[in-house]
Amino acid sequence: MKQQRVVPDFTLLALALALSIYGIAMVYSAGQTDVLTRVATLWERQAGWFALGLLAAYGLSRTAIRMLDWVTPPLYVGTCFVLLLLVFIGKGFGTGASTKSWLAIGGFRLGQPSEIAKIVVVLALAKVLAARRDAPKSLVDLWQPALVVGIPWVLIMAQPDLGTGIVFIGIFFAMLFWSGCSWQLLFMAVSPGISLVLAFNTTMWGIYFLVLIAFVLWYRPYLAEGISVILASFVTGVIAPSVWERLNPYQQKRLLVFLQPGSDPLRSGYHVIQSQVAIGSGGWLGKGFTMGTQKRLAFLPAQHTDFIFPVVGEELGFVGVTIALVLFLVLFLRCVRVAGRATDSFSSLVAFGVVSTWFVHVLVNIGMTLNLMPVTGIPLPFFSYGGSFMLACWIGVGIEMRISGEGRGKADTLVI
Amino acid sequence: MNFHPNDVQRRARVASGLLFLVVVFLVGSFFRAQVLQHTQYALASEKNRLREVPIPAPRGQIYDRTGAIIAENVPGYTVSLLAPGEDSLRSALRRLGGTIQMSGDQIDAVVRRYRRSPNRPAVIFGDASFDVVSVLEEHRIEFPGLIIQASPKRFYPDGPAVAALVGYTGEIKQAELDSMPGYKAGQQVGETGIEKEYESRLKGQEGVRFVEVDVRGRVVREAGAREDLSAVAGPPLYTNIDLELQKFIVRLFGDSLQGAAVALEPKSGEVLALYSAPSWDPNRFVGGVSAAYYDSLLTDKRRPLYNKAIQGTYPPGSTWKLASAITALEDGVVTLDERMPVPCNGGFQYGNRWYKCDGGKGHHGDVTLAQAIEYSCDTYFYQLGLKLGLARLVAGGIAIGSGERSGIDLPGESTPSFPAKDVNAYFNKKYGPHNWNQSFSLNIAIGQGENAQTVINMARFYTAIASDGQAAHPQVVPGSTDKERLFTLDSAQMAGIRAALAGVVLRGTAAASHIEGLTLAGKTGTAQNGRPEEHKPDHAWFIGFAPADNPKIVVAVMIEFGGQGARSAHIAASIIQHYLKATPKQLLSTEGL
Repeated sequence: MKQQRVVPDFTLLALALALSIYGIAMVYSAGQTDVLTRVATLWERQAGWFALGLLAAYGLSRTAIRMLDWVTPPLYVGTCFVLLLLVFIGKGFGTGASTKSWLAIGGFRLGQPSEIAKIVVVLALAKVLAARRDAPKSLVDLWQPALVVGIPWVLIMAQPDLGTGIVFIGIFFAMLFWSGCSWQLLFMAVSPGISLVLAFNTTMWGIYFLVLIAFVLWYRPYLAEGISVILASFVTGVIAPSVWERLNPYQQKRLLVFLQPGSDPLRSGYHVIQSQVAIGSGGWLGKGFTMGTQKRLAFLPAQHTDFIFPVVGEELGFVGVTIALVLFLVLFLRCVRVAGRATDSFSSLVAFGVVSTWFVHVLVNIGMTLNLMPVTGIPLPFFSYGGSFMLACWIGVGIEMRISGEGRGKADTLVI
Repeated sequence: MNFHPNDVQRRARVASGLLFLVVVFLVGSFFRAQVLQHTQYALASEKNRLREVPIPAPRGQIYDRTGAIIAENVPGYTVSLLAPGEDSLRSALRRLGGTIQMSGDQIDAVVRRYRRSPNRPAVIFGDASFDVVSVLEEHRIEFPGLIIQASPKRFYPDGPAVAALVGYTGEIKQAELDSMPGYKAGQQVGETGIEKEYESRLKGQEGVRFVEVDVRGRVVREAGAREDLSAVAGPPLYTNIDLELQKFIVRLFGDSLQGAAVALEPKSGEVLALYSAPSWDPNRFVGGVSAAYYDSLLTDKRRPLYNKAIQGTYPPGSTWKLASAITALEDGVVTLDERMPVPCNGGFQYGNRWYKCDGGKGHHGDVTLAQAIEYSCDTYFYQLGLKLGLARLVAGGIAIGSGERSGIDLPGESTPSFPAKDVNAYFNKKYGPHNWNQSFSLNIAIGQGENAQTVINMARFYTAIASDGQAAHPQVVPGSTDKERLFTLDSAQMAGIRAALAGVVLRGTAAASHIEGLTLAGKTGTAQNGRPEEHKPDHAWFIGFAPADNPKIVVAVMIEFGGQGARSAHIAASIIQHYLKATPKQLLSTEGL
């Protein structure tokens, strides 16, 4: 095989750089409050993590994907081990104060391994799915990918970090879709989950159950699978109330508030309401960079992490929001292209897994700021303050660039 | 995985389409929030950060008829606290208690004010002393929501001299908040007197200052958050009061006398002076009265807080004989020169009872009506009463306004007690159908019995005698000039009545008060004090006017437990003399300016 010259995908790099610089500027602005807090200087650290991320990305863009393929099993095992460790020695800090998501040694916080775990899960899932000649055809075929995602998922839910758990589920289904799973199979897989959610309204649940039975009769999966899907959906629907009771009160509240933010305006609903007020008061052009009053006067909570996007909305207005969203969209579309151009199935799956990870983050985080999604505490890629996360994002960028370079055709001959 | 290029491309298209739709949906959602609902959220954001701090408006100054100041404003301080919630307010107040003495009641009061209008700073001290302000200024950094602001404070330069007239201002009460729309907790309102009566004219318009607060209610910017609305001072209020005369009256009463004096201009009903003794200091009520001072006023047996000029009702005694005389003249029952069948020999026998004249000391002989007025002969008026009959006596009394309030423009005037127009029904109801008879007219005719009048109401009656039978409603502040006709006599009768009243001072019961060169007319009165068990002297009345031929002032003086009416006549004469002497002087001095 002749040595292939990897051409860096400068457009992808430019998009990620633009988003990161935009993001660091917003972290800087988030620190500009009337009563200064420690947040004021965090942008410098974020810039440091960004530099580290660039290094990591450069390194990865020089690393053949085969290398990644090769290190995936030990990485996966290592990650699971660290996550298991966290269940026992994890520390809560910052936005994850109530979880054990931080790895700390001797009081020095190393980072949040769950951020890196997202990439590792993408790699591991890609490896498992790529090993198959065909896409999974039945639920039984899904046992391997489900196990690969399931182990770290259970460990992360034990922290408990609901947000990251949701991201894992997103990654799982996105990559199943990319591997060629039929939508019918995906539907059967999520069916118990849908049943769980709908169980809170008996009528809705009843209708859904009839639809499910009709679907099974029409699709005709293996008899055992059809029965087990229906049974599983039934069981989740029945146990839903007790699952609800086992949720932490704050989790219950968040879900209730999502349904009706005005119900508790001073406590749980407060974040969402203040976030909406910040965004809405921005108008077309916003109140000016660093000038947002909701942020300056601390009405906006977690303005440098989970709720950084309302700062964009308040200070730079609809124009600033649209620029950010378009940058994200263009980046995502380009990464989907990268996945499409990949020369082997592992690379393709990894490329799609990375972009779907980002997408889930963006959707859940930004949706949350407008109360389109419940508050789950998922950071916004390239924007939210957080070292591990910034690093993880740029690791993703490095991998995408490498796959783009190894891919078919020239990156720039294809329209995004 | 299924890695056929066509399949991959198809999935890429699906994924791209999905991504595109989601982003379009998000952009649409932001458009809705930021553009379509912008106004609503912008308002919410402003409401979040801006707090209105009211700038109290200076109340209108109150002047007397010559432009002398009765009420003005001096610089004071208000201390208030901005708080995001009741809990934080309470904790801030508790911490404040470490710096400034505050009782639990005070804290509760502040919290109540806060509940009334949570978006306004809760007033802690409506009138903080300079000491309190300087201590708080020192510790300001520890109390981020604290607002200390200069605010006008009411001041009455002549304090006790004008208390019964002007009243005072105080913080609006809970009950008033419910009944007075547009007012907010912590504001100052007139509580009594002119301040209350003319509240809407005096109050001015409160201004607003905006301060910017953060999420914890800390004031981060004092000014410039938004343009202030400055306060508009209340317009000045010019009254009919003659402050100089008022203060002269106060000096006459001194510390020993208790009672009331009212001076009216007879033709217009303008109130020149109105005093109730002993008085109290309205300045001590502004910004909250101390419990000690208030208690001392409440426990004082002389009842300083009771306005004896308009609230107190007293039997009018002989001053009321003019009402009987005028009613009789109006009806043509008697003339001024007519005599009664029985001459006065110390009293009058009616039925099986002996009605004394002047406590049995009066031996006036055979007198005319004019002489009976001069000497206040009860015997004459007993017979006059019988001649008129109870129904006519009462009807005449009601015609001169004895049954209703004078209508003075001060709050809290009492309604006099007087029989109702339907005499039979009134007395039947009061005593039972067979327990009263015509003998009641004997008492009514001399101003005793079912009759208790306010000083202001009697003074008003005399303005009709001093003019032409018509009387205006007494006016502290110039207003309506409507007059009411109380009685109709021809000019000869009017002159005769005034001559008889002049005779009272010249030769009659008030002869001791005669002043050379002044034709003073008036009538004494002695009223049973209603508490004979205390063995105190009777109340002394004198109502008079001068000059008798062209009256310029009517003065009513009532001294509680003053004994004989002659005593009040002395005071009234001094007041009238002072006024008639002083008036031209004042005119000269204002001309000179």
